[in-house]
Amino acid sequence: MTDEVAGIATRLAKHPFLAGMPDVHVQALAGLARLQRWPADTRLFSEHRTADRFFLLEEGLVYIEMPIPGQEDMVLETVRGGDVLGWSWLFPPYVWHFSALTVAPTEAIVLAAAGVRERCEASPEFGYDLIRRVAGVAIQRLHAVRLRLMNLYDPTPPRR
Amino acid sequence: MTAVTESAAADLVGSADSGTDPMVPHRYRVVRRRLETRDTVTQLLEPLDEPIPAFAPGQFAMLYAFGVGEVPISMSGDPSRVELLQHTLRNVGAVTGALCAARPGAVIGVRGPFGTSWDLNSAYGHDLVFIAGGIGLAPLRSALLQALSQRERYRRLVLLLGVRNPDELMFRKDLRSWKGLFDVDVEITVDRGAPGWRGQVGVVTTLLPQAPFDPDNAVAFVCGPEVMLRFTALGLSQRGVPAQRIRLSTERNMKCGVGLCGHCQLGPVLVCRDGPVFSYDRLAPLLHVREL
Repeated sequence: MTDEVAGIATRLAKHPFLAGMPDVHVQALAGLARLQRWPADTRLFSEHRTADRFFLLEEGLVYIEMPIPGQEDMVLETVRGGDVLGWSWLFPPYVWHFSALTVAPTEAIVLAAAGVRERCEASPEFGYDLIRRVAGVAIQRLHAVRLRLMNLYDPTPPRR
Repeated sequence: MTAVTESAAADLVGSADSGTDPMVPHRYRVVRRRLETRDTVTQLLEPLDEPIPAFAPGQFAMLYAFGVGEVPISMSGDPSRVELLQHTLRNVGAVTGALCAARPGAVIGVRGPFGTSWDLNSAYGHDLVFIAGGIGLAPLRSALLQALSQRERYRRLVLLLGVRNPDELMFRKDLRSWKGLFDVDVEITVDRGAPGWRGQVGVVTTLLPQAPFDPDNAVAFVCGPEVMLRFTALGLSQRGVPAQRIRLSTERNMKCGVGLCGHCQLGPVLVCRDGPVFSYDRLAPLLHVREL
């Protein structure tokens, strides 16, 4: 393992998304990862484009958004340092459903999707571990969307 | 609100001893009114009679729009400023509409303070986590001001605030000031962004997993609509904050304010007397009963 890969493995192991993942899997992921930084207002990916990577954010703030003709892009939610960004890479047809834009200087570990998928196929134990983590995030985000649908801060108040 | 003169208000209050009878309102004059959002105002009041006793953060007062009715409203001001009362209220009906419309010079009635407080004294040496949804920031503001005035007594101070959209942000001057402090963490999220908004988008519970506090040593103070209380308390529990250190300010239809009428009954408790601030271990079994 090169120093660079070892450094990435250390950072991967510290990322909340991978907390508790066995070292052997973390080291395998490190070989598929690179570090990257972006200034604010950088588009990380766009709707309908190939989802060939995903991001473990270490610092920064990213909008997940959707373009609406004739209007400003609609921001659906934000993710930030400590979050994982992107799961379209995991399921066919491997295209992004939404777009992502940095709104602050952002730093992330970028993982190559094809390599990670291959690893999932080769090691069901690793694949199960990873899918459980992605499912956990998906459930959290679904839960948050449901709360927004409930109009959390303004359920019809009593009229007094 | 129909303007009520000081003498007319005195007639309405009657001859009862407003100094000792908790059912008799004290007359206060609005001396300042600030529009916080489209339908929410903050008012500063000065006493015309004997002032009500000093309040503790989290307590509420019954505000009386003469001839219209009374509503329970939490104090939003600095508790150390005993000479003036400050409250923040939203226009959601006839009484709150009349109170919101009261301009400087108008006279309103005040009873209180009533209920339990956030009890900041019991949180010495802990991280303080204030979590507000919408107008829930108002009752927490007085606690936050008290904590800031005694900053050395606490470890981290964290404010997590969620509102529907940026137009509904209240206390903007305070928020700017608190965000500028090196020893206070302020995170704001909106359900829906707007042109120019560069902050977070999502419900306030999404801020919990990464909020900078130590769950083993944190006391959380939560205020907002009841559904938000439930899910925020759940999120705090998942983060590891013990239920007895999660304090929730709840609301029911309060009328008397002193535990006599029973309108605010929530199972075995009366919110006006036993609350409005409860610890989650006491409130959780009640929040999960559909009929309550």
